[in-house]
Amino acid sequence: MIENLLPNVDWDKMWEATLETLYMTAMATGFTFVIGLALGIVLFLTSPHQVWANKMVYWLTGAFVNIFRSIPFIILIILLIPFTKFLLDTIRGANAALPALIIGAAPFYARMVLIALREIDKGVIEAARSMGAKTSTIVWKVFLPESYPALLSGLTVTAIALVGYTAMAGIIGAGGLGTLAYLDGFQRDQKDVTLVSTIIILIIVFIIQWVGDGLTAKADKR
Amino acid sequence: MIQLQNLSKTFATGNGQLVAVDNVNLTVEQGEIFGIIGYSGAGKSTLIRLLNGLEKPTSGSVTVNGQEISSSSGQALRSARQKVSMIFQHFNLLWSRTVEDNISFPLEIAGISKANRTERVKELIELVGLTGRETAYPSQLSGGQKQRVGIARALANNPEVLLCDEATSALDPETTDAILELLVDINKRLGLTIVLITHEMHVIRKICHRVAVMEAGKVVEMGSVLEIFQTPEQAITKRFVAQINGPDAVSQTIAHLIEQYPSGKLVKLVFVGDRTEQPILSRLIKQYQVEVNIVQGNIAQTQNGAYGTLFLQIDGNELAIDQAIHYLHEQDVQTEVISHD
Repeated sequence: MIENLLPNVDWDKMWEATLETLYMTAMATGFTFVIGLALGIVLFLTSPHQVWANKMVYWLTGAFVNIFRSIPFIILIILLIPFTKFLLDTIRGANAALPALIIGAAPFYARMVLIALREIDKGVIEAARSMGAKTSTIVWKVFLPESYPALLSGLTVTAIALVGYTAMAGIIGAGGLGTLAYLDGFQRDQKDVTLVSTIIILIIVFIIQWVGDGLTAKADKR
Repeated sequence: MIQLQNLSKTFATGNGQLVAVDNVNLTVEQGEIFGIIGYSGAGKSTLIRLLNGLEKPTSGSVTVNGQEISSSSGQALRSARQKVSMIFQHFNLLWSRTVEDNISFPLEIAGISKANRTERVKELIELVGLTGRETAYPSQLSGGQKQRVGIARALANNPEVLLCDEATSALDPETTDAILELLVDINKRLGLTIVLITHEMHVIRKICHRVAVMEAGKVVEMGSVLEIFQTPEQAITKRFVAQINGPDAVSQTIAHLIEQYPSGKLVKLVFVGDRTEQPILSRLIKQYQVEVNIVQGNIAQTQNGAYGTLFLQIDGNELAIDQAIHYLHEQDVQTEVISHD
């Protein structure tokens, strides 16, 4: 029955591609979270009137974030080919897509981290300082828990964007559902492969959104 | 306990310099509840933040319990802050933490062990009357309960000084009274020195021993609360005192009564401290052949005793009235005859 409707779909290949997409999305989201969070915190702490207010660091970090956030992802991948080759000695496969995915997404997430931190009630930060808290204590015990829902919903948006990025990474042969849809679906004109790839990508996106929303709602005690 | 010497704080703003605190000198004694009153923009928020180093003075010095806060920084300042704690108008609790975890926060900062924290938090919850609400989140509490958490949190590291930044301004009158009573109770039980800033004379009247009035960054008048109520000198102080005594309403009534009762004499009595509790009036009525008509009066309780004003119409024959007024003077009650012309 399914074979008749979707004659060209090789389910083993489809499953393998799905796992590759999930692998790239998960790894890239993990690194993006750590790097984006660090960048966002540096941006926040060095911004005017904050504890480490420093025009130079703020400007440089801001410039880095803005530049990499602004380059269209498809171009970023191509620009980063030499860097990836230097780092991994190959430009093929799921791992080879990771540098571009992370460098593309981390600055995007850093901006969302900055927005989340700016939303924290200034009075709470002042209260922590009035209790004699160090800056590192304030970062760990005030910034992160008090902005947690916003950090989480930002990460959900970023992870979904990353699913899209992994599909584009198909052009450098990263593997995953994007590569499959492009090579087998488009170039060999197998429309059913494109359709199934798309449906699986949609399911992944919906699951990420659903889990992200659920965790955010649960974390928010306001 | 606290000494401020020639303390000034200037902020650079878009259009020039803003002097928030202008050459303030004052001393707060150990165990005292000291109030600072002023309208918004008078510089009182900046002043209170200079006391725990949240703001650095432009010039002058702040000394708390022998340590110069204004020149401290780093670890020395952070340790000092554990002994000079603060409560806030908007409570500033961490929404992500439960009541007990909020109270535990300053203990974590001070590096207290988990077991000791749990024990201390339990004591504090009892002290501020929040038993049963330990695991609630701030969003599930009323304003008064939130401020109780704020107070418990501020007391966690056994501070010597408690700074109150408009601590009751966001609360309704009834809750305000309950929180003020809690502060007085803590002051008496723990011998804690309290410095509070407010724009409500009611708060000063109810719990402070001494008060400083601030206007445009300067302390324009300072003294015991009773003194200030009895003999306010500056125009701004008179306005604050009027918040409690309402002189407009009284003068209207007086004018009206002068017309209504042309006979006898209208007398204004001011009682201070012990005098308010003695039966001066009933003796007056018993001893002299006069009619006494109470026109208007009020008694306000302060931490140093009661303070009150009473307007009387005394009627009868001239001699008896004069004798009665002479008697009032003898009783050391401030007496003023309001003329009929």
